[in-house]
Amino acid sequence: MNLLRILLLFFILQLKAYALIEVDITRGNLSPLPIAVSPLSANKDSLTKFENILKKKDLGSEISLIVENNLRLTGLFNPLKKDAFLQKPEIAHLKPRFEDWSLIKAQALITGKVEIIDEKLRVEFRLWDVLAAKEMLALAFTTVPSNWRRVGHIITDKVYERLTGEKGYFDTRIIYVSEEGPKTKRIKKLAIMDQDGFNLKYLTLGNELVLTPRFNPTNQMVTYLSYFRNLPRVYLLDIETGIQEVVGDFPGMTFAPRFSPDGKKIIMSFATGGNSDIYTMDLENRVVERITNHSSIDTSPSYSPDGKYICFNSDRSGYQQIYVMKSDGSNVKRISFGKGLYGTPVWSPRGDLIAFTKLHKGKFYIGVMRTDGSGERLLTENYYQEAPSWSPNGRVLIFYRETKTDEKGEGFSAKLWSIDLTGYNERKVPTKTDASDPSWSSLLSN
Amino acid sequence: MILSKILRNTLLVIVAGFILSACATTKKASTGQMQGDVYIGSDTVEYLASGVPDRVFFATNESILTTRSRDTLRKQATWLRKNSDVNIVIEGHADERGTREYNLALGERRANAAKDYLMTYGISASRISVISYGKERPVDSGSNPLAWSKNRRSVTVKAN
Repeated sequence: MNLLRILLLFFILQLKAYALIEVDITRGNLSPLPIAVSPLSANKDSLTKFENILKKKDLGSEISLIVENNLRLTGLFNPLKKDAFLQKPEIAHLKPRFEDWSLIKAQALITGKVEIIDEKLRVEFRLWDVLAAKEMLALAFTTVPSNWRRVGHIITDKVYERLTGEKGYFDTRIIYVSEEGPKTKRIKKLAIMDQDGFNLKYLTLGNELVLTPRFNPTNQMVTYLSYFRNLPRVYLLDIETGIQEVVGDFPGMTFAPRFSPDGKKIIMSFATGGNSDIYTMDLENRVVERITNHSSIDTSPSYSPDGKYICFNSDRSGYQQIYVMKSDGSNVKRISFGKGLYGTPVWSPRGDLIAFTKLHKGKFYIGVMRTDGSGERLLTENYYQEAPSWSPNGRVLIFYRETKTDEKGEGFSAKLWSIDLTGYNERKVPTKTDASDPSWSSLLSN
Repeated sequence: MILSKILRNTLLVIVAGFILSACATTKKASTGQMQGDVYIGSDTVEYLASGVPDRVFFATNESILTTRSRDTLRKQATWLRKNSDVNIVIEGHADERGTREYNLALGERRANAAKDYLMTYGISASRISVISYGKERPVDSGSNPLAWSKNRRSVTVKAN
């Protein structure tokens, strides 16, 4: 008995002595980890090259600002002010003087170096545990100089992963619908941007109404609904080439498209004669398969990450509810039983949860439930909001929210928002115009 | 004796009915332009021809045609029979208080409810096409029950 106790104590001490910093992301974090992001150092020769190639004076500082901004927005980290830093970037990167960093209360430190070698951008960075005086991570990689913002995102992903134990979501993009003009004549365009709002690009011109864009698993294709020639149909768009094609040959409206997790199929609704059912189309052999056959509205299908199940929205009970079925359409089970209406189910990339929109007593909620419908949790309540989309690590949801118009219909706006699965850290995502229907890509690099 | 009892009971039921319906009417008529939550005004209504309104309105989440809607559609059918060269598009719409994809389906259901009714009055399916705009094209941009009631509609538009 005593021996056991001693052994146990020994273990705990051992763990304590060796444990480096960890950040718990499963709860709302009330004391974000103080972290120092030292500017990445660069030699004279590289500074001239940055100026010539990228028209940037100090790329090292700019990249560190990207990292800092990413970390701050997670709500898990508190990046410290740079003017308090005592050690020069190049020296800190070689061997930090840990006393200097703990003096300004930093618990973690990121240092790095960036240079241009043979037209390529070479980056190395290190993550240090200040209190334990240890290196936690060291990595180097090369890329084309025009990718310099992605460098900042990749560094954040690696640091986040090392400190939280989960993959990051920073080297990612958001596709959404950009909105302009009065509510009755809204102009909508497909827009794509980096997760932090930079590198905005429009993919359509706004000549026709477009809705609900979604990425394929490799982030090269987008499926969406377009009213081209006043025929609402599901389209496929190659982001690089700009080539668009209509999906399938249906005699009525197709809508609510998403890719299967292997990217080989598109699942969507087809409406005809007042009835909407769920169909898939194989993108290789163009074979169309009917998945549901019911006189109710069946829409908003979303696959589980293993491709074995589909969650969807149906009003077969009389009202909009969430259902789960096997991917061949068998074993349909209703999973939402709370008060109110439920829509837009989206399966988490981790497989354990389904995010949804709920309407109850004139309010809209974004929430999550387990895939059997248990454990319903409402994360945010507002006048109008819908369409959650998961970050690739399944820790954050992005959605859109509309603010109430006044009696004249003035003051209307739609914006993207994000919130942690914990229900904390709700933030507006910056977009140039009004925005709706966001879809989060998977990690661009792994 | 028995007869008078039946008579009295019937009378009671009728009186009760009157009281109940009076209550219902006062409640429903409170907004003036809405019956229940179905729009009955003429604010946004346009006309295919004199006396032939172009649109019908729906209750929240419903695609059932009201008596008034059926009346409007019969007028449209009569006009369409007279003007047999005209083809039409029926646009189905929903209000903004619903999720986008469900509302697309709901708009399609509403437009088809109108289409089916026109067909029962002899209008050939080949003359009618249907499009759903979901909540994408409100006619009233306000955010209040009256504006929403005007937006829950199906509109018959000449296609040629």
